[in-house]
Amino acid sequence: MAVKVLRRRELTVWEKLYIPQIVSGLKVTTAHLLRNLYLHSAHRLGLLQNRRAAVTFQYPEEPRPLAARFRSRHRLTVRDDGTPRCVGCMLCETVCPAHCITIVAGEHPDPNVEKYPVRFDIDLGVCVYCGYCVEVCPEDAIRMDTGILDVAAYSRDAMKLDIHELMNPSLRKPLLECTLKFPHKCRLAGGEASR
Amino acid sequence: MIDLAVKLVLALFVFFGVLNLAALHTWLERKQSALMQDRIGANRASILGWRLMGLFHPLADSIKMFTKEDIVPAGADRILHTLAPVFSVFFALVTFAAIPFGDRFLLGGRVIELQVAKINVALLYIFAMLSLGVYGVILAGFASRNNYALLGGLRATAQMISYEIALGIAIVGVIMIYGTMDLQELVRAQGRTLAGWIPLWGIVVQPVAFVVFLTAALAETKRIPFDLPEGESEIIGYFVEYSGMKFGMFFLADFLETILVACLATTLFFGGWQVPYLTSSGFQFPWGATLPLSQPVYVLLGVASFSIKVVIFCLLFMQLRWTLPRFRYDQLMRLGWLGLFPIAVVNVLVTASVLALLKVREVGWLAWVG
Repeated sequence: MAVKVLRRRELTVWEKLYIPQIVSGLKVTTAHLLRNLYLHSAHRLGLLQNRRAAVTFQYPEEPRPLAARFRSRHRLTVRDDGTPRCVGCMLCETVCPAHCITIVAGEHPDPNVEKYPVRFDIDLGVCVYCGYCVEVCPEDAIRMDTGILDVAAYSRDAMKLDIHELMNPSLRKPLLECTLKFPHKCRLAGGEASR
Repeated sequence: MIDLAVKLVLALFVFFGVLNLAALHTWLERKQSALMQDRIGANRASILGWRLMGLFHPLADSIKMFTKEDIVPAGADRILHTLAPVFSVFFALVTFAAIPFGDRFLLGGRVIELQVAKINVALLYIFAMLSLGVYGVILAGFASRNNYALLGGLRATAQMISYEIALGIAIVGVIMIYGTMDLQELVRAQGRTLAGWIPLWGIVVQPVAFVVFLTAALAETKRIPFDLPEGESEIIGYFVEYSGMKFGMFFLADFLETILVACLATTLFFGGWQVPYLTSSGFQFPWGATLPLSQPVYVLLGVASFSIKVVIFCLLFMQLRWTLPRFRYDQLMRLGWLGLFPIAVVNVLVTASVLALLKVREVGWLAWVG
């Protein structure tokens, strides 16, 4: 095996003097300081908004831009009449490696559609965000494009989403009224609770 | 009685000024480092929605420090453990008494020197107090009953003793040139001009001493690149066993020492409260123009000049602190004993020879300058 000998470069006298090196270091840091000071002051006055001064994203106020393929919280897509596109084929529930999807299918009045979900729950406390449910869906009925990242709750129950929240990503717990017009099973519609 | 009141007012002025500047240092440290590293820095503390660029953070910090639990390790020396941070802050604070921050002025028939304590060996006093400051550090290491703290304290002692020698010798040149240890007189002597237009500040006549002084003084403040006594994250410093405001006091002492060094560098090498071409009767520019000023304006300009110089030095130290990496211990000792010490000694010898050649005894060096 060939041995590669790494030789450390000897410092030149100029470098050994140390002070010139301090000055060159200071030059770099001071250039950054002055540039950022200038840009921050310009931003205060509403100028040069297109040039960022700091790499920091002030998170809750200024979310970080997401990539187009980023997998965020799920949503169920909706037909023009306000019913879910889901046809209750159970493919997503079957493919889900974390078993976090629960679907109860009901009979759809349209014979061409056959089924629709009367219950569609996702337990986000269990979900691994793999995106298989989106890939496998033949109807483009489930997507992970809400851009919601801050999924957090004080209890495991609160991590469970039911069909209301999945169809309308702007809803937040606690849900007080049910606005879905089609027959489904949920606590609010008098049916079986979502778990 | 009135003299006492005047001194009290001066002391309070310096005390509050210095403590507030130290509190501002915590803000400055965060913001300046943030700007240097393309970050934003602490900006969340707010009062009624006002954030003021994070200026409330020093306030929030002090509330946090005071309300935190104060832990004394089992088996530690209770008294010394409490005394150590007090020593650190006390000796850092009393040193400011000898720093002149303005010229004398007449008020109601009495001459008021803008200096808390007029000591004719002010420099010796300052160095004595600086040396005593080591006690706080080594006591902290010793009283914590923690080997890391003890080692940190020992490192601090070795470092401060080594660099104090270079520091002391570096300013001997300045003392020789201006011929006084009274800082007020020393500043006054820097008011002359060389060749009619160069202000005769310490930096002009003693540039080498300035570099040595600045390096050694930075080592005295125990901040990066000389922060071996502290080395918070890796080598663990003398204050590991401190919490709450006791820890805060060590932090405060650090900032106070930084400000003190800035004050000393200003006083010794940058003309203290002197404004170039400003005499007690007004501006007298080298090209002949004059601008008469009243006495209060003159004194205020002096105080402002001193404050601005000190703040510029504080900014410079902060910039250095966030630019340079830490020294290794052997590099530190090598720099102190084989670098700064010989340079300082040679500087003293050269200064002495030049002064002797110019026959200061007969004519007086300052008279020769004009």
